Order: sequence, then structure tokens, then C-alpha cells
Amino acid sequence: MRGKEKSFLLLAIAAAVGLSLGSGMFNRYYLGIAVDVGINIILAVSLNLINGHTGQFSLGHAGFMAVGGFTAAKLTLTCGSSVPPAFQPFFFFAALLLGGIVAAVGGLVVGVPSLRLRGDYLAIVTLGFGEIIRVIFQTSEFFGAATGLTGISKLTTFGWAWAFAAITVYVVACIVNSTYGRGFIAVHDDEIAASAMGINPTRYKVTAFVIGAFFAGIAGGLYAHHKLVLKPDGFDFVKSIEIVVMVILGGMGRTAGVILAAIILTILPELLRGVAEYRMIIYSLLIIALMLTRPQGLFTFGKKGPVK
Amino acid sequence: MDSFLQQLINGLALGAIYALIALGYTMVYGVLRFINFAHSDVLMLGAFAAFYLAPHITPLLGVQSVPSALVVIIVSAAICAVIGMTIEFLAYRPLRKRPRLTVLITAIGVSLFIEFTGQHEKVFGAATKSFPTLLPKREIILGALHCSSNDLVVLVLTAVLLVAMWFIVQRTKIGMAMRAVSFNEQAASLMGVNVNGIISFTFGLGSALAAIAGIFYSMRAPGIEPLMGVQPGLRAFIAAVLGGIGNLPGAALGGVVLGLLETFLGGMPGLSNYRDGIAFAMLILILLFRPAGLLGKLSTEKV
Amino acid sequence: MSLPLLELEKVTIKFGGLTAVAELDLKVGEGELIGLIGPNGAGKTTAFNLITGVYQPTSGDITFAGQPTGGVKPHILSCRGISRTFQNIRLFASMSVFDNVRTAMQGNRAQRVRDALWRGATFRESEARVEHEAMELLKIFNLDRFYEADGKSLPYGDQRRLEIVRALATQPKLLLLDEPAAGMNPTEKEQLMELIRFVQDKFKIAVLLVEHDMKVVMGICQRINVLDYGRKIAEGTPDEIRCNPKVIAAYLGTEDDDA
Repeated sequence: MRGKEKSFLLLAIAAAVGLSLGSGMFNRYYLGIAVDVGINIILAVSLNLINGHTGQFSLGHAGFMAVGGFTAAKLTLTCGSSVPPAFQPFFFFAALLLGGIVAAVGGLVVGVPSLRLRGDYLAIVTLGFGEIIRVIFQTSEFFGAATGLTGISKLTTFGWAWAFAAITVYVVACIVNSTYGRGFIAVHDDEIAASAMGINPTRYKVTAFVIGAFFAGIAGGLYAHHKLVLKPDGFDFVKSIEIVVMVILGGMGRTAGVILAAIILTILPELLRGVAEYRMIIYSLLIIALMLTRPQGLFTFGKKGPVK
Repeated sequence: MDSFLQQLINGLALGAIYALIALGYTMVYGVLRFINFAHSDVLMLGAFAAFYLAPHITPLLGVQSVPSALVVIIVSAAICAVIGMTIEFLAYRPLRKRPRLTVLITAIGVSLFIEFTGQHEKVFGAATKSFPTLLPKREIILGALHCSSNDLVVLVLTAVLLVAMWFIVQRTKIGMAMRAVSFNEQAASLMGVNVNGIISFTFGLGSALAAIAGIFYSMRAPGIEPLMGVQPGLRAFIAAVLGGIGNLPGAALGGVVLGLLETFLGGMPGLSNYRDGIAFAMLILILLFRPAGLLGKLSTEKV
Repeated sequence: MSLPLLELEKVTIKFGGLTAVAELDLKVGEGELIGLIGPNGAGKTTAFNLITGVYQPTSGDITFAGQPTGGVKPHILSCRGISRTFQNIRLFASMSVFDNVRTAMQGNRAQRVRDALWRGATFRESEARVEHEAMELLKIFNLDRFYEADGKSLPYGDQRRLEIVRALATQPKLLLLDEPAAGMNPTEKEQLMELIRFVQDKFKIAVLLVEHDMKVVMGICQRINVLDYGRKIAEGTPDEIRCNPKVIAAYLGTEDDDA
């Protein structure tokens, strides 16, 4: 794989865009699910950097998603009509990027104070921050208060979602699989030993948070322009838990496992449409069963080695 | 002045409820070192237990009478104690040796399970139900003070319960065993303490208190529904952290402080929308500046 | 007499009511091999934690390579040249043997996020260099054939050696070894003594050794400091320490203690 990573990335993006252009022949419904999968991959892989690789327990990822989503949507709603059609894709890209950056700033704001806390306490604080973000959007007239934003243009396509999914995977995998990136895992394994070996734990934790938040923000932007309606309720702590479950199911720290888990956990609810009323009940039982039987995730076999 | 005293009683009653719930959180954290997310749902189960029980008890012991109220409360508390112990046995005990975060997620799963199952039509249904009036609501006038008899009942009963808790923990053998387990589980078991039994007992006690708190809560805000435990549970958790998680007097103190703060701040114009946000902000501030809480002690890791 | 590499002057640390280390004076010169011994609980690991910045002294000064270490975080002190091993081995559990060493080769490299992302020539060269140096280091200590294995799967003695290799990967000027011989059999202890002498010689570093095994300490240390209840009670060459009545009393007690 050495030296070929960039080519893989470009190939993946090309494939995503190519498939997207020819997507007229695919069933609308399935296409929609495919976009969902792409978005969830971004969410899961970005959270994996924080929770899985660096071992920090963030229960507020949905908050960053909300920040990115609302920012991007507000931008396209306000300025979208004045942009000439030829520039639409660049404008969308810029909106997504802006969402990501604002979310990253959020990651900084949350990360810096929280990161001297451990375990349970960190989980609770991130949960609290996630909820505070939700409350802010719920009470903000600028963002539509409780009703949220509506009438968002359907700009997200299969190509956009999966291209960004590829980028997210590339970024996270490349960072972690480097001498520098081993620092994240060192912080996860033993902060004290890591410090003694020259690794600044706070810097790594904050970096993980910021990068994770950035991609969550992008996912939020893609989500907004896919669902076309954005309500603050949708970004509550249950949403954060859904992403956390993907990371755990995939085996914290295993990028490939987490991607698979994201795919499975997106498709499963669709398969369970028939028993929609039991959906969340089954889901919560799944969480309990998973923790009781295989807390290391479904996709871990054999020895633990460097993350691929 | 009147309205200040009124708010005071109000705040204390709310604080009492938070204190009862907070005790449960703190006791479980003390013996198991984890935050039982499902605790807030036991509160809800207590209220629903009372809801379904009351119509069966009142024909026998009188509508809105003290005996029937007592029986309903005690039986509901007992039911929830059993539920709490069952949850511990099924979902937490198998994970005793695992990392704390695994149990935390399991607790979240249990909480969601209870909430979503409760919302299903065949169980409680998502709609709000009206809580029966257990005790006649009278207005009591003490000098310049007007307050509701319910509030007084809550205050008096909670005080009794807190004293009882203090007595159990400090002056009985089982309380000593609880304290031993919270200091050092291994050493306690070497001293002959039945650790599993004590942990069960702790869960039972905490759940009973939560159930009673749930009934008190419904006496003041009579609409009950499956998600009713979430907000009070969260506030009580913040109260427990405020007082110092693992510290029993701290939980009581934290509950009262939070109840008072919420009543006085919530009354201020313009802030009521932000009540949720204020509670969370407080939590974050405590954890950042004084994670040990008002009465707690921070433990350091040995390098 | 050149300036000592590490100097502790009247260093005291109190934890609440407990004084773990009291007015400790300690000097380690460049390239020296100094021992730190004392009964259990004497404050030896605490001293290590003070030197590496994990704890801050309540009073007193610590100077390393001419700079004070007060208030400086452990990772920065590591970059300045202090490295250590731990009493209870603290390897990076989810990493392979190779990665454990590679991870320690951080601060002195020009490695940033953007390089990892761009993966250009600079990055590849840097990574290749790191890989080469890490493998060389492992080879010296005969651990290179295990490079892919889980750190935790190594036999105990090898784990301790790995921890030392990792500590050396940071290119320190001063290496603190905390009870490296713990749990070793006599042969392994002999090999350890060889290893420490070799390390000191080849890498030209100073070593401060905390150890309970007297044979090891007396065998390799140039000078020994003895702590008891947080205070230094003796300092000198191995021969001097061996006969020092205060040291003997600290370890074995005096005749009156038998009651």
C-alpha cells in the first residue's frame, strides 16, 4: 500500500462521481439509502478517531453534526439562489467546508476544557456539550428555533457523499498510520507512558477532537442537503449514541470494521421497516447484547496489530 | 417576601425530589464506580406503578387517604426495588470486571430499552396520562406563607427518608458493608462481605428511592409519560456530581442546591427557555473547575 | 568538576499530610551510573516522578542540563533528554513491538499532520529513516525478530528490555530505570547488568537506577544514594554503602526492633 494511498483516493472519488452521474438508472429509494450509508461512514470514521484510536469517550458527536448542518444549510438557503448554476457545485463545496470548519471550532471549544477529564466524566461532559448545542439551535431564531430549517435544496448526491466518505477514510487512515499518528494510539493505551516518550497527550486529544468534529460537520452539511429539513431534535444524544454504537460494533480503532458497521447499521433499520414500531426496542437490545457478549466489536479477529 | 418564601418552599420540595434520585446515583457510583443511566427510568416506572396500583388500593383503603397513599408508595417502591435488582443482575453483574465504559454503554442501552418499550402501545403508550391524586391537595397557611400540602408532605417524608438512609449507612452492619465495598471491593470480600448481595441491596435501595421520588414528582406535575424520567434524572445526576459523586450527604446537598437554583433562576424572565441549557452548563462548569464536587475528594492515580 | 547533568536541591514533596520526599539532594553527572535504593515506600519512584515532571515539588529545585524543570510537562522534559522505564511495565498494549519503539521517535522528527496526509517524498524518507533506526535499535537488543508481535505477548524479561529500548528511542541524555530487574531470574539479571553497562557505554548516557536487588546495584553503580522514609540517609560508593550502619539499620532494623 506504500505510496499508493493517494491513487486509491483519487480512484475512489472518480468512482463515486462516475456512479453518481449514471445514477439516473438506479432506484431512487436505494440511492437514498446509499447516500445515508456514505454519510454514516463519515460520521463513524470521524468519531472512531476520537473514541477508537485516541480512546476518548465522546458522546456528543451529533452536536458537531448539527453545527455543520445548520451552518451549511443556512448559507445555501440565504445565498444559494444568487449563485449562477455553473458555480453551484463549488458553492456547495464551500458551504460544506464552512460547516466543517465551524464544527471544528466547536471541537476546539469542547475539546480544550474537557480533555483533562477521564472516562465517565468526559463522556458526561461531551454529552452535556452536545445537548447544549442542541438547545442553542432550538432557541435560535436565526436557525429556525424548534422548527428548524426547511426547504433546503437537494444538493447531496451519491457522488458527493461517497467522495467525502473516501476523503474521510483517507485522512483518518493516513494520519493514524504514520509515526506521528501512533501518538494517538499511545495516548489511548497509556497517557503517562506516552508523555514520558515525548508525546503531548492534550495536543493529540484536541487534534483528534478537531479533526473528528470537522468531518462530523461535513457529514451534517451533506445530511442537511439530503433530508431537506433540519430540526434540532434530530441531533440529540440518541443520535450520538447511534454513531457510538457503530464505532463499538466495528471494534474501536479498526477503520475497516467501523466502515462495515456503519453500512450494516444504516441498512438494518430499512430492513426492519416492517417492524418499525419495534425498531428502537430491538436497537437498544442490540446494544445491551453487544456489550454483554462482544464489547470488542464484531469485526475483530486474531491478534491486534497496527490499524489498517 | 411572600413570593420569596413561596419559591423557597417550592425549591426545597423540588430539591428534595432531586436529592432522593441523586442518592441512588451516588450510592451506585460508590459501590460500582459507574453512572447508572437507567436510574432515571426507574423513577418513571415508580410513577407508573403507582398509577396502575392506585385504582386497586383506593377502593379498599379510601380515596385520597393517607393509608392508601402510603400503601401505594410502599408497594411501588418495592416493585421498583425488585426491578432495579433485576437490571443489576442481568445487565451489570456480568460486566463487573469489564472497563467502566462498557457498562456505561450497557446502561444507556437499558435506559433506551425501558423508554422505547414503555412508549409502545401495548405497554404504557406514548401519550401523557393523568396521575391520580393520592392525597387531598390543601392550601396551608403559616403566617404570611401559603404553600401546598403536597409540598409539605414531600419535604417531611424526604427528610424522614434521608435520616433513615443516614442511619442505615452509618449505623447498621449492612451500611458498613456498603461503605466497605465502596472503598475496596476486594478487601471487603476478603473480610467476609457478600459483595454481590451488598451491590444488589444498594441497587434495590436506590431504585426504591427513585420510585418514591417519581411519585412525589408526579404529585407536583401530574402528567406522566414514558420519557418523564429523563429531565429530572438528568438534573438529579448533576446534583449528585455537584455534591461530589460517591458522597451521600453531597447528593442530598446537591439536590437541594439544584432545586433552589432551578426554582429561583427559572422564575426569572427570559431564562426559562434555557433551563435545560443552564443545567448542562452547570454540569460542565462543575466538572471543569471542581470535579470532586462540593463535598467530594478527588483520588489520584498511582504512577 | 563539570556541572552535573541532573541536580536536585533540597527537593521536598508533600501529599496532604504525608511527606513522601524530604529535602533530597541528588546529583547525576554526564555518563554516570548512579543507584537509588531504599526500603519499600522510601520515595524512590516518587523521586523519579519528580524528575520526569509527573509531580511538582512542594519546595526545592530540580535542574536538568542547566535548565530548571519546575512546572515543565513530562513530554517536554522527554524532548529535553530525560527518559524512563516504569516499575509496572507500561508498554503500549495495542501496538506491536516495532510500533512501541517507533512511537517514541516523535519529538525530534519533523512530522506533522500535513506530511502524513500529503505522503510526499519528505514523508516517505522520514518514515523510512524511522523504520530503519527503530529496527537497528531492536536488533541491538535481539528483539528485532519479534517486531510484529504484540508487545504484551513477549516473555516478561523481553518486555522489560523492550521498555528500555523504547526509552532509548527518544535519544535521551539521562535514562531512569525503575526496578528493571524485578521478576527476573539470576541469569536474566546478569544479562541486565551487561545490558545497562552496554547501553551506558554505547549511547553515552547517564543512568539513574532504582533497584532492590543488591547484587545488581552493587555490581554496576558508581555511586549509590540511599533513601529511607523520604530522606537521604547515605551516599557513597558500593563498598561504603555496604558497610554503612545507617543503611543496614534501615533495611534490617536494629536489635531493639525485634520486640
